[in-house]
Amino acid sequence: MENRSLVTIAEHSKEKIMYLLEMAREFEKKPNRHLLAEKVVATLFFEPSTRTRLSFETAANRLGARVIGFTDPKVTSSSKGETLKDTIMMVSNYADIIVMRHYLEGAARYASEVAPVPIVNAGDGANQHPSQTMLDLYSIYKTQGTLENLNIYMVGDLKYGRTVHSLLMAMRHFNPTFHFIAPDELKMPDEYKLYCQKHHIKYVEHTDFTEETIADADILYMTRVQRERFTDLMEYERVKDVYILNNKMLEHTRPNLKILHPLPRVNEITYDVDDNPKAYYFQQAKNGLYARQAILCDVLGITLDEVKADTEK
Amino acid sequence: MSEKKELQVAALKNGTVIDHIPSNKLFTVVSLLGLQDEDANITIGNNFESKKLGKKGIIKIADRFFTEEEISRLSVVASKIKLNIIRDYEVVEKKEVEMPDELRGIVKCNNPKCISNNEPMQTWFHVIDKEKGLLKCHYCEKEQQKDNIKLL
Repeated sequence: MENRSLVTIAEHSKEKIMYLLEMAREFEKKPNRHLLAEKVVATLFFEPSTRTRLSFETAANRLGARVIGFTDPKVTSSSKGETLKDTIMMVSNYADIIVMRHYLEGAARYASEVAPVPIVNAGDGANQHPSQTMLDLYSIYKTQGTLENLNIYMVGDLKYGRTVHSLLMAMRHFNPTFHFIAPDELKMPDEYKLYCQKHHIKYVEHTDFTEETIADADILYMTRVQRERFTDLMEYERVKDVYILNNKMLEHTRPNLKILHPLPRVNEITYDVDDNPKAYYFQQAKNGLYARQAILCDVLGITLDEVKADTEK
Repeated sequence: MSEKKELQVAALKNGTVIDHIPSNKLFTVVSLLGLQDEDANITIGNNFESKKLGKKGIIKIADRFFTEEEISRLSVVASKIKLNIIRDYEVVEKKEVEMPDELRGIVKCNNPKCISNNEPMQTWFHVIDKEKGLLKCHYCEKEQQKDNIKLL
């Protein structure tokens, strides 16, 4: 059987991405459907992530599936030394699909190779988080009406930020222009700049974050600059207030600009931005529900046509 | 050619001569091929002069021929290694070690947070750039240089 697992978005073609976005749009029109009735979805969270888990479980519930799983590995056999493989094999006996979050990188790939049921990667360490990328893409698509030829500004921690790396790779199909705004210690790693060069993606790097820098932005993707990422705490003290977005900076930005953030936010977007129509981070999180509904259906082999045909109340 | 002289000295009837091994990698090659467990006649020489490498090691193994898979393992150590296949005192074939497209169960991932370092499983690398020796872990997707990587 073809393995339909979703481990990384990087493997998806442009057509496949657009297909999933179309499906997400169907779910936004009508989130409650019984497409997964009689299915059991397991959510295995080897590392806590309340936000992601609630979003996946809501997606499963709104599709009529039943959900089993654990939210904290301390209560499972993995704390007794059980291997990941054994846990996955055991749960595969019960569930039709496994949504898995793990603190180790590559865990989802490995699970997808050993499991008889499809795996959905809900984040594996610092590696991949494809459902986050899907919801980011959906948010961009929805607010801009297209994914093509956009100016995307990424701000903050571009070194460790998994979400910005995945988004960057997924956007390669759509001719974006990236602007990387980060302190030296957290700038975009060479690996991803080489990736851009290889795929003919235009990018500009900045260390200053001002109204002028972001004047041409269509999307402003904010991330948090975390203290623990710095080896030099003097450097942290110097830059910690530089990468904060406030409402005044948005005055002369483009009317179509939307501000995204993977959340949780701490202080990198001041609260006065929340009421600005350009702020989109809460709706973005809501889009995660539709994106995850599409992912669950696709992985279980339910097609866009079947979703469209489902009109039952 | 000095290489030919060496072959004559050993007077290997049938077997394999592994030549152009960097001197500091000689014993790694021995263990990679599991030669310590071989019963055949084996001659190991090291620190011979070499125009290409400065110093080199040579291994001659009687009545032993290596599979492509075994040979490709050596590419992790050094790409310049050459194998001469000897039959009836003649070099009948020369093989150069070439980096394969992937390496399974040969090297260890450098990333301590990689699943392959935390689970009883085989490692798996894709070779991204054979010239530069750039590998990418199939699991954690981290790219790494083969020179910085440890053998299993």
